[in-house]
Amino acid sequence: MDFGLSSEQRMLQDAVTRYLSEQSPLGHVRDIAAAATPYSPDVAAGLADLGVPGVIIPAAFGGMGLGLLEAALVAEALGFSVAPVHFAGAHVMAPLAILLGGSDSQQQAWLPKLAIGAARAAVAVSQAVEGRDGAGVIARDGWLDGTALFVLDAADADLFVVADTSGALHLVAADAPGLTQIPLTTIDKTRSVGELRLTGVKADPLPRGGSETTRRIIDAGRIMLAADILGAGTAMIEQAVVYAGVRVQFGRPIGSFQAVKHMCAEMAAALEPCRSLVWYAAHAFEHAPEESTLMACHAKSHLSEVGRFVARTSTEVHGGMGFTDLAGLHYWFKRIGLDRQLLGGPELVRNEAARVQGWIAA
Amino acid sequence: MDLTYSAEHQAFRREALAFLEAHRHAAPRGGGAAQRPSAEAVAWQKLLIAHGYAARTIPKEYGGYGAAPDILKSRIIGEEFARAGVPPGLQNQGISMLVPTLLELGTEDQKRQWIGPTIRGEVVWCQGYSEPGSGSDLASLQTRAREDGDDFVINGQKIWTSTAREADMIFCLVRTEPDKGKHDGISYLIFSMKTPGIEVRPLVTMTGHAEFNETFFTDVRVPKTQIVGKRGQGWFVANATLKHERGMLGDPGQLESRFLALAELMRTETAGDGRIMDNPILRDRLLRLQAELAAMKFNGLRVLSASANGGDAGLARLIVKLQSCELAHQISALAIDALGELGALYDGSPHLRSHGSWQQAYMFQLGLIIGGGTAQIQKNIIAERGLGMPREPKLATEEGRL
Repeated sequence: MDFGLSSEQRMLQDAVTRYLSEQSPLGHVRDIAAAATPYSPDVAAGLADLGVPGVIIPAAFGGMGLGLLEAALVAEALGFSVAPVHFAGAHVMAPLAILLGGSDSQQQAWLPKLAIGAARAAVAVSQAVEGRDGAGVIARDGWLDGTALFVLDAADADLFVVADTSGALHLVAADAPGLTQIPLTTIDKTRSVGELRLTGVKADPLPRGGSETTRRIIDAGRIMLAADILGAGTAMIEQAVVYAGVRVQFGRPIGSFQAVKHMCAEMAAALEPCRSLVWYAAHAFEHAPEESTLMACHAKSHLSEVGRFVARTSTEVHGGMGFTDLAGLHYWFKRIGLDRQLLGGPELVRNEAARVQGWIAA
Repeated sequence: MDLTYSAEHQAFRREALAFLEAHRHAAPRGGGAAQRPSAEAVAWQKLLIAHGYAARTIPKEYGGYGAAPDILKSRIIGEEFARAGVPPGLQNQGISMLVPTLLELGTEDQKRQWIGPTIRGEVVWCQGYSEPGSGSDLASLQTRAREDGDDFVINGQKIWTSTAREADMIFCLVRTEPDKGKHDGISYLIFSMKTPGIEVRPLVTMTGHAEFNETFFTDVRVPKTQIVGKRGQGWFVANATLKHERGMLGDPGQLESRFLALAELMRTETAGDGRIMDNPILRDRLLRLQAELAAMKFNGLRVLSASANGGDAGLARLIVKLQSCELAHQISALAIDALGELGALYDGSPHLRSHGSWQQAYMFQLGLIIGGGTAQIQKNIIAERGLGMPREPKLATEEGRL
């Protein structure tokens, strides 16, 4: 009985955190945020050297063969450093979809390349979470038509995992005839979200990629987004505490005023239990599948709420400086803001949690 | 992350289940939670001690079971008794606060005299710490103990002395050296509540019940030998017990059972056109609380694991009192809101739901948010000890108040 991380798990997280603090400092994040594509190939290459793209891909396909908890620890480290790279879609949801739903040949074709970062995959499942007017991909007679919005980790993708209106998953190569890619601009300039338009695109369905597989990858994606918020929130609290310790007004550090101290305590009190919730949700994904969807919902919705509170409160602790671009705090604020909306906002996710428990009709 | 129990712990769980199966008929009815345990409850407590399900780690020579500390076994006992709906060992301030203090700092005579009867439930204690003028700033307490021959003579007033009406004994902080600094002039005395000069007045709270008392001392004579620790060390001695009190609060199992009762209420009670659960706004609030509860439950496991492995979960532990008291209060608040007008009924009114327990809990839990270190004091502790933030200049020091 040990509810905690192993030393190997800590080492993995520390390695990613250390790499990012050296190779992806705020200056680099700013450069990427100002560039046309919110994605850093350099940082992605460095993370590939650490094995990050293959974190959950089995060793047989050249990956690290680790679990979703390890993936969550990586996601937390990425959020902590607002790393301008792919993760939840490209390195967790897409490989998971191919692992759970793909044929042998699909797995052989893609997983070894995805595991080492030689190919990148993006995920288009937004419609399976919540339908939007004008969106939806229809599969008919082996052809795909329609529009997919909020494609995760869209930049530079070689492959798209696309959910059709029935919830079934298909693979679409980036160079498939009839496919148009349109970048979407969100508040968060550290991650790439896109739109796909499909006009008579040849479908390559995942044979076991039905709605159950879609459900699983959405659960996993939600846990990754929750972990990303956890990391970003942790960084925002650390920055608030440091700032409150050095910023002097009325002749004393503002952190010695209870009004400021209590804001920091409230952030820490709200966020600290989230760490255990994220760990457990990630653990349950593999070890307690009957609880998995509920825990993924709880992690996503709760971290979204706590993340919003921390993002806003940390900014306030920084006073006027927090509102400026000089402090750069807004990169974390916006990261949390995007995580909250992706794969379902908290109200939608909580309603799913009620359905999963049979509290309302499915 | 390994959430399975070792073979030894699994075997221990089976033993506990077998014990419950064999003895549950002897458990006191009504849970034995009354402030003065009944004869039946005392007999049950003795049985539990004999089998190691109460006073488990108290040494045998003082009347305990004498097992080595094992936090997971304690948890298994708690879980299985709760699941079986069988009252666990007695929980009162004597057992949770005085006994650990005596074990740590008492004389051999004090240990032999008091620990056995206390853990068996034969002697009931109350705590004399807070005063009308000394709440969060407890060390400023003014109840005076003047030296007179072989006795201390005590004058002053204590407040929040729960169980004072039923108690045989009190453990009490008094000022013995008024000329010394505020932390250095306090002593920790234990004496009988039947000593002449003690008056107990029930303190009625917003719930309408007198869960607490005010206790007045007028020339109360206590032999000098009834001190725990040395003169002037009372603050240090008391901190040993406050540490145990903080540990008592915020039991996630209790939060979970309140939550399950709330979910059940919302599934079964109808309002308007359907079940309360069908109201999307109330349902959303319920799910919000459930997520928070899950976070607190796993946070509790993390704190427990750290402690079982000889470590300290730090921030994860420091936030427990603040967060769980607030969560408990919010669970009650939602139950009241879900009941609408019915939620306002109280005191045995017709149409009362859940015996009026939600309003009662909502009010009492506000008391818990304030008591045992107010939410604001908790936030100071989290910020200063957990986050290393600077202290308030000239703030009364709170060292050791964990």
